[in-house]
Amino acid sequence: MGNYTLLLSGDVDFMIKGIFSYNCFGHEVWITTTHVCTLIVMVLLVAFAALAGKAIKKANEDEAPGTFLNIVELIIEFLDGVVNSVMGKNATKFVNYILTLFFFIFISNISGLLGLRPPTADYGVTFPLGVITFSLITFNKFKHQKVSGVIKGLCDPWVFWLPINLIGDFAVPVSLSLRLFANVLSGTVMMALYYGLLPVFVKIGIPAVLHIYFDLFSGAIQTYVFCMLTMTYVTDAIGDN
Amino acid sequence: MNISGEDFIKGCSAIGAGLAVIAGIGPGVGQGIAAGHAAAAVGRNPGAKSDVTSTMLLGQAVAETTGLYGLLIAMLLLFVKPLV
Repeated sequence: MGNYTLLLSGDVDFMIKGIFSYNCFGHEVWITTTHVCTLIVMVLLVAFAALAGKAIKKANEDEAPGTFLNIVELIIEFLDGVVNSVMGKNATKFVNYILTLFFFIFISNISGLLGLRPPTADYGVTFPLGVITFSLITFNKFKHQKVSGVIKGLCDPWVFWLPINLIGDFAVPVSLSLRLFANVLSGTVMMALYYGLLPVFVKIGIPAVLHIYFDLFSGAIQTYVFCMLTMTYVTDAIGDN
Repeated sequence: MNISGEDFIKGCSAIGAGLAVIAGIGPGVGQGIAAGHAAAAVGRNPGAKSDVTSTMLLGQAVAETTGLYGLLIAMLLLFVKPLV
């Protein structure tokens, strides 16, 4: 019982904590650490965007760009290239959304480095992201394949495959969001266990390596995967014509 | 020694959590196979290294999902304790 109680009570701490609650039409609604961390991430992103916008406005065509502008251009060109290579001619319509998604998820995932609890380690953050992807897929399906095409796609080999195809469609947002959530959560839990259960002298220096793997590497890969899958599904829904 | 019903369920939940993370075997084997084939592909065609790597990472991340479901079940059993 010893370790079990230790896990549940004292030092290990990765849960979402409520900060204060208020009454919303008879329901008790909590403002949690997730809200605060999301807000911090958004403030960071807005500050970065404002700085980048200012730098680009001030940029002089005849001079070589400065360090900051160079980095911004590098990031944007890289992401533009990725979106273009996956979505082809549809890229112009979706590139802004994919870039926003990329920046938000990436900064959220690596916010463990700043000492925050990553907002994406809350299913309430990742599920809406999955639902947005699902609405994009469904909207584009109906827009480009028309109702007849959608029905034909649902009854693909035969009419009796309809329930299986439906389940497959609705599994997309769930699996997308659960993948991101569980990956980030597992990193958060591992770091909390490491910091919470081990003696002090192993907590100096060594956690840096773990942070690189669990926060930076895993976070970057999951961001890439989420954006990549969103792009693939949407391109699939649009079809060739 | 007396074991109350709640303690018994907590203990069984811990055993269940341990069993649930056995799900990690599958993705481990799958990701290893994917990485091995990717290494072979890079060996045959070193020019396509970046394409092979990105495809491998995407496939591995998708294959990882099943293992993560096991992890989620373990987490639920240990920390949310739905059965107590």
